[in-house]
Amino acid sequence: MSDTKKFLFVNRKAPYGTIYAWESLEVILISAAFEQDVSLVFVDDGVFQIAKGQDTSDLGIKNFSPTYNALGDYDINKIYIEKESLEARGLTVDDLLKLTYEDEDDDWAEKDSIHVVSSAELVEIMDQQDVVLSF
Amino acid sequence: MPIEVNGVSHETDEEGYLVNLADWTRELGEALATEDDCELTDAHWEVINFLREYYEEYQIAPAVRVLTKAIGKRLGKDKGNSKYLYELFPYGPAKQACKYAGLPKPTGCV
Repeated sequence: MSDTKKFLFVNRKAPYGTIYAWESLEVILISAAFEQDVSLVFVDDGVFQIAKGQDTSDLGIKNFSPTYNALGDYDINKIYIEKESLEARGLTVDDLLKLTYEDEDDDWAEKDSIHVVSSAELVEIMDQQDVVLSF
Repeated sequence: MPIEVNGVSHETDEEGYLVNLADWTRELGEALATEDDCELTDAHWEVINFLREYYEEYQIAPAVRVLTKAIGKRLGKDKGNSKYLYELFPYGPAKQACKYAGLPKPTGCV
């Protein structure tokens, strides 16, 4: 692979009702399949995308939340959640999917991919990226 | 072009992938392979069944790199490598095996 770039995907919208969350997830998987350095951010209503216990049976839309559990297989392990967005919605990290990855350099130990960060810390993370895409 | 098994016709897309995932049966998988002149052995089925389980759990078909790693973990290092998988599925392991498994083409597969 020639050029690896740092991609950050910013997810801002609720999972269903618009196509943004699913489209973002597809682009994320494609970017990772092309071995780019991928990070994810969930802010605003985007935090609901990785909420536990999603049930779309009454919506007639596929519940794609299980797919987030595959991110670890794609070597995506930098998943940032904005602390302020969680708090504003009365959520804690326990309300979110437990997303993990296996660390190849540490005897395949299972580690957390999710990091809760403040808005100020997010600014720094965004500053380090080559490409920032907002969905 | 639809594919017919036991007198029942099933819709496929322009690349021969099943349109309705729920239509899939083992026989239909075999019929899809026969169209490509590919005879499915137990080794093929091991990969196909793995893909179906992966899809069931994660709702996606994995990219080939992810498939290779996951097969290695599940079925052993001698099978979790490109050479082994390409010998079974010369048109691309993820792409071809997904077709016989009745799954969509893997995301990010060109």
